[in-house]
Amino acid sequence: MRADICAVACADLFRGDGEILASPMGTMPTLGARLARLTFAPDLLISDGEALLFADTPALGTPGQVEGWLPYRAVFDVLAWGRRHVVMGANQLDRFGNQNISCIGDHAQPQRQLLGVRGAPGNTVNHRTSYWVPKHSPRVFVDQVDMVSGVGYDKAAGPFHDLHRIVTDLAVLDFDTPTRAMRLVSVHPGVTVAEVEAATGFALSVEDAVETRTPTPEELTLLHTLDPNNLREREVPSREPAVRAATHR
Amino acid sequence: MRDKRMTADEVVACLSDGMTVGIGGWGSRRKPMALVRAILRSKLKDLTVVSYGGPDVGLLCASGQVRKVVFGFVSLDTIAYDPWFKHARENARIEVRELDEGMLQCGLRAAAHRLPFLPIRAGLGSDVLRLDPTLRTVRSPYDDGEDLVAMPALRLDAALVHLNRADRHGNAQYLGPDPYFDDLFCLAAERRYVSCEQIVDTAELTATAPVQTLLLNRMMVDGVVETPRGAHFTSCAPDYGRDEAFQRSYARSAADPALWAEFTNRYLSGDEAAYQAEVGVPA
Repeated sequence: MRADICAVACADLFRGDGEILASPMGTMPTLGARLARLTFAPDLLISDGEALLFADTPALGTPGQVEGWLPYRAVFDVLAWGRRHVVMGANQLDRFGNQNISCIGDHAQPQRQLLGVRGAPGNTVNHRTSYWVPKHSPRVFVDQVDMVSGVGYDKAAGPFHDLHRIVTDLAVLDFDTPTRAMRLVSVHPGVTVAEVEAATGFALSVEDAVETRTPTPEELTLLHTLDPNNLREREVPSREPAVRAATHR
Repeated sequence: MRDKRMTADEVVACLSDGMTVGIGGWGSRRKPMALVRAILRSKLKDLTVVSYGGPDVGLLCASGQVRKVVFGFVSLDTIAYDPWFKHARENARIEVRELDEGMLQCGLRAAAHRLPFLPIRAGLGSDVLRLDPTLRTVRSPYDDGEDLVAMPALRLDAALVHLNRADRHGNAQYLGPDPYFDDLFCLAAERRYVSCEQIVDTAELTATAPVQTLLLNRMMVDGVVETPRGAHFTSCAPDYGRDEAFQRSYARSAADPALWAEFTNRYLSGDEAAYQAEVGVPA
């Protein structure tokens, strides 16, 4: 199931992070962080997305055993401290990883007002940041974002800037190139490199692309336990994704 | 010790046109909605609102009383975008200063500390700085020589916050999991008003909850308003959760002028007691 691949790819984002705060935004990254903690990243701190840290690793939407208190004011301290890895969403992303969640169009009078920059500017200059994009399309992967909310590699934003990876419903991408332009790391099973290229509004480096790993039997069992209502499938339905690129072109 | 009890309308009578007003809470959580509704009933105009924004911002955009919004986000939490803020932005009806959430906190803290600015990394490289040319950077005077954002103090003329309980002197307590930034809003403001679910005797504040829940002390507060369900339709944990059905109706009504006229007529044309009666809160 494509959603399982995505959840495991999101979990892999946290590999090697150690005893830091995982801040996943949305269903799939949250599932990923919890899967990571139950497998290869047992020291991760996870929260209810609000003020509580969980000692255990509850299924999505169920309460957990509290091990700590982390209200919003303390989250800002943790992010300035750097012991945090956030996985944010993105309405737009460009080749250097500039992200927009503020508005579409001219900021003075947007065609579409979105959330606002939220904590994206602070996250991206203080600690490791990844992105989750549930619908990989040229509408998201654009030549230039309308409002730089999260900061990309071409902006030289200080000593702690660390864009890690992007997981989408089609692929995994990173910035491990000489120019720090986006690169295709892997395509999910059943997806072709050409499909990803067609769904991306700029040229990607694709030479080293491999196939995204599939979940282990243990991971599949855990995903089932962590997401018994199959919310992940609602976010990434098992369907043929190729049509989408064409409709947005 | 002074008795600082007031009504919501008396609080609004202390405000004037063009003021910068900080509003506590976060998104669609623990917003001082009874005080916001009192503003909606008033003739106040040209306000600058500083907020981790929710329907407080939206309703003041709908009424046309806000000239400028200083924000990091405006969201209803379970509904991503506030429809009236969206409408005001997409029709260029308001000015904005869009900040990173941490920058907003930093600016309030600078004001609270009576500093002209505080340094912060957030904002570097982002369009927040490009779109607000009044924002400056500052170079570290130490060997690292790092360039940082000099976040200017966000001084507030008034702060409006809502907590669970208070005494008549302005000592106030939150009983939910998150204090948000309500104390900081008060410290950054010239005049500070707290509405609460219940006014109790001072001794009662710590009789049933730990002393650490006392977020505001009386030197941070100029007026106290007892207004049960005063955060409705936002949440005020643990007293009540968000009224999701009402919030959906708010968002839906905003999409259609006829529905909005019906909404304002039903909910916002009377006083707070009429509002609470209309939303069906048991007396």
